[in-house]
Amino acid sequence: MKKSKLFLVSLTSIMAVLLLSGCENNMVVFNPEGPIARQILELINFSIALMLLVTVVVFGLFGFIVWKYRERKDNMDYEPPEEHGSTVLEIIWTVIPIIIIVALTIPTVKTIYAIDEIPKGYENKEPLVINVTSADWKWIFSYPEQGVETVNYVNIPEDRPIDFRLTSAGTMQSFWIPALAGQKYTMAKAETQLYLVADNPGSYVGKNTNFNGQGYAGMEFEVLSQTQKDFDQWIKDVKETAPKMTLEEYEKMLEPSHLGRKTFSNTHLDWVDHSDPHSKNYTNPEMYDRGHGWPGKIFEDKDNYKYKDGNNENSNHENNENMNHKESETEDSHGGDHSGH
Amino acid sequence: MGIKWDEFFVTGDPLIFASQIGIALTLVGALAGLTYFKKWNYLWSEWFTTVDHKKIGIMYILLGVVMFLRGGIDGLMMKGQTAVPENDFLNAQHYNEVFTTHGVIMILFVAMPLLIGLMNFVIPLQIGARDVAFPQLNALSFWLTVSGAALFNISFIIGGSPDAGWTSYFPLAGKEFSPGIGNNFYAVALQIAGAGTLMTGINFVVTVLKMRTKGMTLMKMPMFTWTSFITSIIIVASFPIFTVALALMTFDRTFGTHFFTISGGGMDMLWANLFWLWGHPEVYIVVLPAFGMLSDIISTFARKTLYGYKSMVISIVMISVLSMLVWVHHFFTMGNSAGVNSFFSITTMAIAIPTGVKVFNWLFTMRKGRIKFTTAMLWALAFVPNFVIGGVTGVMLAMAAADYQYHNTLFLVAHFHYVLIPGVVFPIFAGLYFWWPKMFGYMLNEKIGKWHFWLFVVGFNVTFMPMFFLGLDGAVRRAYTYSAETGFGPLMMISAVGSVILAAGFAALVYNIYWSARNAERNIGNDPWDARTLEWATATPVQHYNFASLPEVTKLDAFWHMKKNNELRPLAEDEIEEIHLPSNTWIPIYMGVVFGISGFLLVFEWTIAAGVAALGILAGLAFRSFDYDEGFHVHKDEIFETESKWRKGANKGVKNHVS
Repeated sequence: MKKSKLFLVSLTSIMAVLLLSGCENNMVVFNPEGPIARQILELINFSIALMLLVTVVVFGLFGFIVWKYRERKDNMDYEPPEEHGSTVLEIIWTVIPIIIIVALTIPTVKTIYAIDEIPKGYENKEPLVINVTSADWKWIFSYPEQGVETVNYVNIPEDRPIDFRLTSAGTMQSFWIPALAGQKYTMAKAETQLYLVADNPGSYVGKNTNFNGQGYAGMEFEVLSQTQKDFDQWIKDVKETAPKMTLEEYEKMLEPSHLGRKTFSNTHLDWVDHSDPHSKNYTNPEMYDRGHGWPGKIFEDKDNYKYKDGNNENSNHENNENMNHKESETEDSHGGDHSGH
Repeated sequence: MGIKWDEFFVTGDPLIFASQIGIALTLVGALAGLTYFKKWNYLWSEWFTTVDHKKIGIMYILLGVVMFLRGGIDGLMMKGQTAVPENDFLNAQHYNEVFTTHGVIMILFVAMPLLIGLMNFVIPLQIGARDVAFPQLNALSFWLTVSGAALFNISFIIGGSPDAGWTSYFPLAGKEFSPGIGNNFYAVALQIAGAGTLMTGINFVVTVLKMRTKGMTLMKMPMFTWTSFITSIIIVASFPIFTVALALMTFDRTFGTHFFTISGGGMDMLWANLFWLWGHPEVYIVVLPAFGMLSDIISTFARKTLYGYKSMVISIVMISVLSMLVWVHHFFTMGNSAGVNSFFSITTMAIAIPTGVKVFNWLFTMRKGRIKFTTAMLWALAFVPNFVIGGVTGVMLAMAAADYQYHNTLFLVAHFHYVLIPGVVFPIFAGLYFWWPKMFGYMLNEKIGKWHFWLFVVGFNVTFMPMFFLGLDGAVRRAYTYSAETGFGPLMMISAVGSVILAAGFAALVYNIYWSARNAERNIGNDPWDARTLEWATATPVQHYNFASLPEVTKLDAFWHMKKNNELRPLAEDEIEEIHLPSNTWIPIYMGVVFGISGFLLVFEWTIAAGVAALGILAGLAFRSFDYDEGFHVHKDEIFETESKWRKGANKGVKNHVS
């Protein structure tokens, strides 16, 4: 009996200590480096304060009631009263949550609308458009205006709104730079959009939060915020020194793999816009074979890039180590248009 | 079809190989043991072919406990893998399979069977009925659930486990990115089990509406009956959505259609919408009956009637309506317009209102009471603070803009474990301790029960509390590993230690079941807790016909008032009438087996063979339609003998077991 009280008190205090320490330690969500993440954090802090209030009230009432009305040796004869409820009290504890919810709703809706736009104070600066294409398991950043493309890192100028146009070449991912902004999904044949601004030069972690198979855990990228001067210099260097990517190289890049950083002085947008609902598929089903267990049929779509110009040959078929597909298994693929044999 | 045995069984992983040997040995041992002790006949006639709701309930519970073991081991493996950075206990593929099966099993094969099991056992008794409305359908529901569970569970030793997460989001779950048959198991096994659940829903809607005893109006039903009724309605409303979604998934995976795939004009977010249109109500399907159990248990051990009964009923109806209107909060980040996100933010937060009403009503049920700290009550009490943490973090997640920072992180994982474990598992434990004597005629040991309680509750908090902070620090869910630079290591380690304590708590429950079955006292009377509802108005354990004469109800907490007004009188011999009951039948278990076999063949994409096997289903249906067995009558003498035996001893000379 005492134990439950003790447990409650310790739980409450652990909660409180952890939550309070959470506000001042270095958890990334609590250290925003840009106005969008800061707006979200304000909302989070507000909700934590209100929710802590709710928690304290309920815990307190709970502890008090359980303690006061516990069965003791001296109250064994006490027979509790017949009591069916109280309309007044029930209305009170219906109205209070309604008030709390309204109090949360107003800033929530405001913030939802606010972070959908260029942050306040930056409206007069022209946003830098960066197309983000996620593929298994890498991030491809294209700068259409500058005509450069990077893989697994993205450089942005500080103090300037960035307009990320998000899409995916295959599975669904979620694009998240916790220090700068919340996340958005990247989906093939669709485009989502995310604005952010970085306050200062610095390096931030970006990652995928939406599970997409074996290589998911390593799907991180670096966001480097630079001064405008450094950024311009970087663009200039890339234009001068980085190689040009070919279509063939690009198709190879979309195969499931981890890549390090790469830099190119052109963009894949010349060949394909994955956000277009009618774009070709760059999927490589045979390369996702898990290598154990029973193989299933593989279906491949006629829209697939491999069928381009009637060319059925998959040039990458033989040399990919992820691939456990054997020619002898093809008899099981009778149901689909299986490529490569 | 050219069977390739080297690929038929999963090979190459020592952990799985050990399980394969273990499973084979257990199977052989069980079969040998049953044969040696000549228990086949007993099992077949008393259990496998039964249509008795009480036995079906107990079998559901057994299924749930066994699956809890499997899902729990999955959980421990995940915690073991992430305890330290860059661990290589499990590789990415194995980890993906483990978290997928952990999620599916815990929700669909642990929470659902345990709750449906308790519903099965308790509801007919609580409403003073002799059985559910459709006893044979009830048995069929159970065997389909077993069939689905068995099919899903063999995936890790035969054919390969599903690995696209319990949500199986497309396009990942489609053939383009998940060839192999692992995810076929998901589609087919859940389809079979889901059919069983849907039938249970229909069965309980009819049971509660049509089978209540004289005088029990809707507003005099015990809270567990109310919540189970509403849950059954949500099942009937939402499971067909899942059925359709899974069927489309099966077409996509097996026949190459393009409903959800990104090629050929398919729409991946259609799956997400359909999945959560079922998946979110599903959360309430498991939480609402648990709420009902808490209501009954809290009022029993506080010795007071439920506070604000009417507002409790209104709030569960509100919750059930809102549960169908919030599904988009699972993908606030898919790029909806701000208007859509705002709408679903508000509907989601609104669920906190009726839930808050319930919490305060529970608190005020205890006020002015005399609270007995039995193990069952401890579980009910622990629910309140822990669930409140789950609830307030749920409100935080419901705020779409803030969710952009929490989505798919460990913060979310912590939140739903704080909702599902205190909100479903704690009440189930409470219910097991509470109704165990009614099921088996003896109590679970209170002392071991308290070990179970403290280890489990402390372990639970140590496991999941750190995850809130990990999430806010940017740790994503479902990642099989992380680097040391992230700084996640220490909290991940604490969390892993917590999971071991949690597992020790579960072990204490299993030991308690074993210990109590052997040693617990049998002379406990029919009402050991001094309870309030009708299930305690009959013998313990309950005789197969439930009630010799159906009780009459005038008030809420009917049994409590009968006790107070001394209305419990011995049954006179001339009052006894013959009771008509349905006969046992082999059809439900036969159907389960046939569904399992054709499902298995369909998983392996041997569609023609699956079609042939499915003819067996039609055969079962045909046979059933020519089955003219109209049941049997329990003879007066038997009833008289049974009734006089337990009524003589009822509450006389029985030790008070409540500490």
